[in-house]
Amino acid sequence: MLEPLVARSLTGFIRLLTGSRVFWSEQLAPGPRVYYGNHSSHGDFVLIWSALPPALRAQARPVAAAEYWRRGALRRYLIRRVFKGVLVERDAAQRTEDPITTMTAAIEAGDALILFPEGTRNPGEGLLPFKSGLYHLATRCADLELVPVWLENLNRVMPKGRLIPLPLLCTARFGMPLRLAAGEDKQGFLERTRTALLALAPKEA
Amino acid sequence: MSHLTSHQQAMALFAGIGAVLLLATLIGRVLALRVSPAGRSAVDNLNARINAWWAMAALVGISFMFGKPGVLVLFFLVSLLALREFITLLPTRGGDYWALAAAFYLVLPIQYLLVGIEWYGMFAIFIPVYAFLLLPILAATGGDTTRFLERAAKVQWGLMISVFCISHVPALLTLKIPGYEHRQLLLIAFLVIVVQSSDVLQYVWGKLCGKRLIAPVLSPSKTLEGFVGGVASASLLGGLLWWITPFSFLGALGMALVINLMGFLGGLVMSAIKRDRGIKDWGHMIEGHGGVLDRLDSVCFAAPVFFHMTRYFWA
Repeated sequence: MLEPLVARSLTGFIRLLTGSRVFWSEQLAPGPRVYYGNHSSHGDFVLIWSALPPALRAQARPVAAAEYWRRGALRRYLIRRVFKGVLVERDAAQRTEDPITTMTAAIEAGDALILFPEGTRNPGEGLLPFKSGLYHLATRCADLELVPVWLENLNRVMPKGRLIPLPLLCTARFGMPLRLAAGEDKQGFLERTRTALLALAPKEA
Repeated sequence: MSHLTSHQQAMALFAGIGAVLLLATLIGRVLALRVSPAGRSAVDNLNARINAWWAMAALVGISFMFGKPGVLVLFFLVSLLALREFITLLPTRGGDYWALAAAFYLVLPIQYLLVGIEWYGMFAIFIPVYAFLLLPILAATGGDTTRFLERAAKVQWGLMISVFCISHVPALLTLKIPGYEHRQLLLIAFLVIVVQSSDVLQYVWGKLCGKRLIAPVLSPSKTLEGFVGGVASASLLGGLLWWITPFSFLGALGMALVINLMGFLGGLVMSAIKRDRGIKDWGHMIEGHGGVLDRLDSVCFAAPVFFHMTRYFWA
């Protein structure tokens, strides 16, 4: 009952704070796919989530680190009930479930995922190298559509380790969908998806 | 018309603005019907601008109905939006976080509070003295010396233009002018109407007979003909509005000329900043106009000068 209201207040808040503008390269139909973006703050997935039109948003689930989001009742409530996040365990030594299997199950159930392939928040400019999860997911789910999303300025709104967000204007740029090509190797695929995301970044004046 | 009460004068003023906008809307609609495909986008932009004018006039009208609190809230929000546009387009670094947080969450509300309690001695110097000292101190604690002075200047000038200058519009309400009690809202109307019509008239004169660019490096659209025609006709309009001010006809004419010149020069300064950043508009908030700062750049530079001249000569 309460969850849609909480979700709407959160997206409303972040939209008001960042006056967010959204650009699409192509109109997308609902369906399983991965939105992958640059990661600089905890607000990233909320911004992508709120940028999606309602039909796409209903299916979109953020992939989030279990060890962070399982700590505390509020975080658990937000990620499970409000955002219906897909929780993955990052620590390979301790985890009980393989993240790729968890994500594959969600895609096969018809959901769309919001993913940050850098694996961690990047405090600097540009993009860190991608973790290989994106590639493994694409090999497991046949014909999986991957849509790059560049988030501009959100790193200044919520810098890592700061509590109070600053009210600055943000932009979300959705690129053209990509797919794993036949016989494409891991390195080539990760490089291609990373380049496609970087191409959406504004050129520094 | 100077025998009317201030309320009647305000109604007459808004009726006049409504009539001008109505005329503009009619012209815009007729142009839209007759325009060739080549001129389509220019006419669409014109109509978007006229629609936005309706919305802006309505906002100012509503805030006037609530008197001083309404005007303070309106310009506080305008300052917040303007500062957001300014800081967004002038990149800072991680070390500026506390300076930026202080600018948005401390300096901005305090400035409007000081205007609200009418503490002239403080709101006139709070930003140029105290904030200008505090912000680089906060930036220094960030421990990042890369382009330090440039970064400090960005935050300081963001506050100067978006908060300090804009807050001098509602500050007009604090002026105590003998024989002009409880009518200071009309002073705000005078400033905004004169400066904004100068912008519009410069645009119109420029489109009608503009040939020679007045500052080609700074602005590709400002022409000598637009400048002379626009400033002269808007100053004459200011003179004709003397009945809503404490000024005589010549006084109103002179004040209008000064604020129009300040507005024009302010527009050039803001253009220089935009050009350096490689952008055309500050934002996208106001359909057809660009951002809040695109619409208010001339008001920013005119408001403090108008405030102090009125205070010095009439209050």
